[in-house]
Amino acid sequence: MCYPVRSAERTGARIIQLLHNIGHAMIMLMEAVWFSRLAFGPRSRRETMTQMYVTGIKSLPVITVVALFIGMILALQTGLELQRYGQEKYIGSAVAVVMIREMGPFMSALIIAASVGSAIAAQIGTMVVSEEVAALEVMSINPNRFLVMPRLVALVIMMPLLAVYTNILGILGGAVVGTTQLDVSFRAYMDNALDIAHNKDLYVGLLKAFIFGIIIATVACHQGFMTTEGAVGVGRSTRRSVVVSFLVILVIGYMITRLFYI
Amino acid sequence: MIRFENVTKKLSRKTVLDHIDFEVGAGETFVIVGLSGAGKSVTLKHMSRLMRPDSGSIFVDGEDIVSMNRSDLQRVREKFGVLFQGAALLQWMTVRENVALPLREHTKLSDAEIMKRVDEKLDLLHLEDAGEKFPSDISGGMQKRVGLARAIILNPQIVLYDEPTSGLDPVTSRRIDEVMVDMRERLGITSVVVTHDLHSALAIGSRIMMLHEGRIVENAPPAEFIKSKNATVQSFLESQYITKKGKWEELIYGQV
Repeated sequence: MCYPVRSAERTGARIIQLLHNIGHAMIMLMEAVWFSRLAFGPRSRRETMTQMYVTGIKSLPVITVVALFIGMILALQTGLELQRYGQEKYIGSAVAVVMIREMGPFMSALIIAASVGSAIAAQIGTMVVSEEVAALEVMSINPNRFLVMPRLVALVIMMPLLAVYTNILGILGGAVVGTTQLDVSFRAYMDNALDIAHNKDLYVGLLKAFIFGIIIATVACHQGFMTTEGAVGVGRSTRRSVVVSFLVILVIGYMITRLFYI
Repeated sequence: MIRFENVTKKLSRKTVLDHIDFEVGAGETFVIVGLSGAGKSVTLKHMSRLMRPDSGSIFVDGEDIVSMNRSDLQRVREKFGVLFQGAALLQWMTVRENVALPLREHTKLSDAEIMKRVDEKLDLLHLEDAGEKFPSDISGGMQKRVGLARAIILNPQIVLYDEPTSGLDPVTSRRIDEVMVDMRERLGITSVVVTHDLHSALAIGSRIMMLHEGRIVENAPPAEFIKSKNATVQSFLESQYITKKGKWEELIYGQV
């Protein structure tokens, strides 16, 4: 077979595989959404709460550090530019808008995709290669209810909360830089920050965080279930989970911004 | 009870099962032996439809499970208990929670009743002291026994064992054999066992089927199996120092 034909065949096979994977992920997501009414029922409550704890509370230290420094960097970069025009008092507005509209949900999503999403992919991947998922199926326990649903529910509840937390800490980080290095009073900084932030910004930010939660849960669980070839496969699934989550978060984040602000 | 009709399966373009036909009767201990890659575990996975054949039919109590919908499959799967090769215990649950899982998922029993039943099974398998331990804290043999306790907690009609004695010391292996024979005699459970271990196969099997390169080369009771004229079977027997004139016939329960 000549090279162009082989190449076209391989490309076609990859497209079919990609569509198959998307279909599988969507079916898994739909089933998990259907089962989410049972998230706090007697059989799933403990697992859902555990996942909320892992996603939310256990992620707080790293989110705290990242959010504070993101706010400080934003304040420093914008503040130095604004200072050239004598407008440094407006850094509160700049930091608040960027944090609430974009950086809060985006940074918290990247951190959660890298920490929680990768852990989910690795755990489910390990369960697949050690036949634990097969054992669940034979016991007539639906893995989408038992494994995916609690993680999905935990992520869609915790992601908006983490985004709000990131926003608050980012703005406070900006305030530290504003007050200590740019001679802006804390009151002026906060007044500007709160003046400029509209309700719409907050709602769109929360919507983004909610959708990013769905993306992280879906990609991580799907990659976990697709795992083959033992420990090497688990590593591959974990890496793919992070990479695919990042890409989808970027694209969907842009689309939501475009939808609401243009 | 379980019937394979003309079942074929290919994995990565290699034919793993090649038009195989056989039947497992109620109350039998049906042992599948063969070299690595012969298709033993794949055959077992087809029985509970963890895999689907490329062609052919698989019947469980007269119902074709190949094209069955999910709710019917769930009903059929309730007849099965499966012991996986690596036990497949959920690592974040204790031994007791693992064994209790099918009861919690499929019954409305109270916690006290669930724990009573779990403790009965743990006692049966000499795991009284392991209840609060995690799978990573117990030996491979104990993990297999916990897997077996979980497989039989709902009193299934059929238990599938995938390499139940692989990686275990001889004493623990024989203990697992005894449990399987005991369950057949006391509870009338139908068992399908996949193993490399012919000593175990001869000791517990009511029938032994050998697969080679995806085909059935022998399917006979143990007493006939060791006298098989098939060269592949002979070679397999000799590889484990089993000869027609050996003392192995004495081990075959109720066959000689």
